[in-house]
Amino acid sequence: MEDNKPQLLKVTVDGIEVEVEPGTTILQAARKIGGDVAPPAMCYYQPLKGSGGKCRACLVRVAAGSAKDPRPMPKLVASCITPVQDGMVVENTTNPQVLEARKGVVEFLLLNHPLDCPVCDQAGECDLQNFAYNHGMATTRYEEERRLFEKRDIGPYIQLHMTRCILCYRCVYTADQITEKRVHGVMNRGDAAEISTYIEKAVDNDFSGNVIDVCPVGALTDKTYRFKNRVWFTKPVDAHRDCPTCSGNVTLWYRGEDVIRVTARKNEWNEVKEFICNTCRFDKKKTSDWVIEGPTKIARSSVITANKYRKDSIKTSEFALRLAADEYKQTDDIRDRSQLGIQQLPPERFKALPHAMDPEP
Amino acid sequence: MGKKILLEHIDVPGIETFEVYRKMGGYTAVEKAIKTLTPDEVVEEVKKSGVRGRGGAGFPMGMKWSFLAKPEGVPRYLVCNADESEPGTFKDHYLMKNIPHLLIEGMIVSSFALGANKSFIYVRGELMYVIRILEKAIAEAKAAGFLGKNILGTGYDLELVVQPGGGAYICGEETALLESLEGKRGNPRNKPPFPAVKGLYQSPTVVNNVESIATTPWIINNGGEAYAGIGIGRSTGTKLISASGHINKPGVYEIELGVPVEDFIYADEWCGGIRPGHKLKAVVAGGSSVPILPADLILKLANGDKRLMSYESLSDGGFATGTMLGSGGFIVFDETSCIVRNTWNFSRFYHHESCGQCSPCREGTGWMEKVLHRLEYGHGNMHDIDLLVDVAKKIEGNTICPLGDAAAWPVASAIRHFREEFEWHVTHPHEATQPGAVYRGEMALV
Ligand SMILES: Cc1cc2nc3c(=O)[nH]c(=O)nc-3n(C[C@H](O)[C@H](O)[C@H](O)COP(=O)(O)O)c2cc1C
Ligand code: SF4
Ligand code: SF4
Ligand code: FES
Repeated sequence: MEDNKPQLLKVTVDGIEVEVEPGTTILQAARKIGGDVAPPAMCYYQPLKGSGGKCRACLVRVAAGSAKDPRPMPKLVASCITPVQDGMVVENTTNPQVLEARKGVVEFLLLNHPLDCPVCDQAGECDLQNFAYNHGMATTRYEEERRLFEKRDIGPYIQLHMTRCILCYRCVYTADQITEKRVHGVMNRGDAAEISTYIEKAVDNDFSGNVIDVCPVGALTDKTYRFKNRVWFTKPVDAHRDCPTCSGNVTLWYRGEDVIRVTARKNEWNEVKEFICNTCRFDKKKTSDWVIEGPTKIARSSVITANKYRKDSIKTSEFALRLAADEYKQTDDIRDRSQLGIQQLPPERFKALPHAMDPEP
Repeated sequence: MGKKILLEHIDVPGIETFEVYRKMGGYTAVEKAIKTLTPDEVVEEVKKSGVRGRGGAGFPMGMKWSFLAKPEGVPRYLVCNADESEPGTFKDHYLMKNIPHLLIEGMIVSSFALGANKSFIYVRGELMYVIRILEKAIAEAKAAGFLGKNILGTGYDLELVVQPGGGAYICGEETALLESLEGKRGNPRNKPPFPAVKGLYQSPTVVNNVESIATTPWIINNGGEAYAGIGIGRSTGTKLISASGHINKPGVYEIELGVPVEDFIYADEWCGGIRPGHKLKAVVAGGSSVPILPADLILKLANGDKRLMSYESLSDGGFATGTMLGSGGFIVFDETSCIVRNTWNFSRFYHHESCGQCSPCREGTGWMEKVLHRLEYGHGNMHDIDLLVDVAKKIEGNTICPLGDAAAWPVASAIRHFREEFEWHVTHPHEATQPGAVYRGEMALV
């Protein structure tokens, strides 16, 4: 009986060996090891079937296909959709070609993506920000005109700003897989492609709000929270309620005493664990609506996670960044303040940075 | 005179009708295959013929057929790729329009070999009149008992469906074609799984080009070995070449693979030479996506031998000195052509046609086009040229489907072989933008 267990496959990623079940992708195997060995993912989203393969952020080199056929694969492969073979050897951060390709992907994604992090609602929770920080270049070589779009209200709760969209298709898969009638998708081709609703119909169903959570950038935003605050000034708390529609397991985002946003809970890879309904997300914004469980543990996923980019983690060559780190070394993560016991910064410090709090122009 | 297999009867009046086609020996391959051979024997003949896919990649057709999964109780499909949207390539259109029954006959023979009972011809949507020609031919073949239920009383059923395409170049990529055929947006699929395992409607599927499928009647009638005897080396048989550009006789030609490129350009039988008073500057040998070659490299190999019209000879030297046979779109440029303008024009096409699923292609094709546009209109700088090379390199090999490569190769190769001309556009911004400034291109020839 015990023998019926599937044969485990041995995979080596950046020199570290791990055993996984057949059918596991390279990305999942690497995530099992964890840390930097896990390739970045912009379009892959574990809970969404069929996602992945599009952004090319997760490209890796397969230095040996398998123990049986140890030849390297001729091209870089998208680790999120490539299943592992027994004896496969994968190079992620150890291969210069991979890092070069990723630099390219960051540059491509940022061609038409405005660098308006200071006013973007997603700042601090943005997968692209993290990806660019870890794999990008400090400059862009793009001088041409950028793609622009009008902002669009798609239904009562969601606003779409296509200018920031990186066409990862996550929201389309979400709508397809967890809502009944998908009315939004991709229109047009190439860099004229856009996420849109069929003749500007409203996205209007019980689970529509989840597209906001899966969007890796600030293209889909929560109209009830949009530009009310910066994520690093808020404090996430795990809570639940007895919900007839969904699991009711959420994260409440507090500013002072007020719940200013409700989202689904996410794992360390910034993926939603359980999708939640619109009632929980948009209508339950009082502490009394919820049973509080305790502070949310923020894992490695955010650029703004305290001490993720400390002064001593920055290479000496990156002079400007060191300067910045020096200057802002006190700008810690407010969410961890309680645990770290760090003093609240004087409010003038924030006033000196007015644009960060301004509503989007 | 080269041997003719596909176009042998093209000039016979009325060959588009069933009656005349049949009189010229048409549909005998169907009779032979269905009545006297097993499906596996048909596959075996195609394997022996060594015929390679004529859609661009040149993958051996018999081998592709033998990869087809055959799970019990699951239908299998044959899909004919008649999308043909590659700039410079117009041979499938020519074949379907003039001798539609050749494709229908090929579809029946091939479907029988693969055990498909329903097959599709996915035709470029703009070609509505060709679609009508094919539908008429299908009706004729059906009336004569070569299609439908119980073909020729053998118990084999086959339904043929003609489907107008989605009107996008990307719908010619085989997995995007399958998506489109299923009624979805024509986005290429991630592979694996390959169509041979999970293709149309999640069932095992073979996708083949029009010309590939149209060779099967001859192969069945004459045997795979006879076919393998034509051509040169691993480039067996004949190939349709759509020749266009600055030649005296543009058109579709059937050549025996292995003809010297020089003869193909200059002999009266084919292109008939460069238009009077001009000289050869460059050739794109296999459709707009393959690397462009300057006159000396297209006529001769790096070692000085004559370059031949074959898969191996054209690709000799890799992309440093070679190119690809591709889909056979042979575009000839004389010295009046501006390579920068042409590269921009190709780039414009790929930018417009990228499906936009993967970021290197979606963003990179537009970037290259915009930089090339600036260069062409005298607003570029030297740094732009290296930038283009680097952007092309960052796209190549990093995308879901080969459209990314197809967009990158023309740019990278044009700069590799005609860099002075790009630089000339930077150093002579005003002359570069003068209308009719034929001189623009000549730099590269001296
Ligand atoms: C962007 C793109 C467009 C393509 N367009 C065509 C086409 O119009 N016709 C065609 O036969 N193959 C086309 N192909 C190649 C097909 O994907 C596929 O390889 C071919 O149909 C297989 O047939 P074959 O083996 O008979 O050549 C295209 C490929 C790409 C990447
Ligand atoms: S709106 Fe967001 S989730 Fe949807 S495709 Fe764009 S970036 Fe992805
Ligand atoms: S390479 Fe281009 S055409 Fe092909 S899937 Fe990617 S974006 Fe679409
Ligand atoms: S995460 Fe793998 S391609 Fe996007």
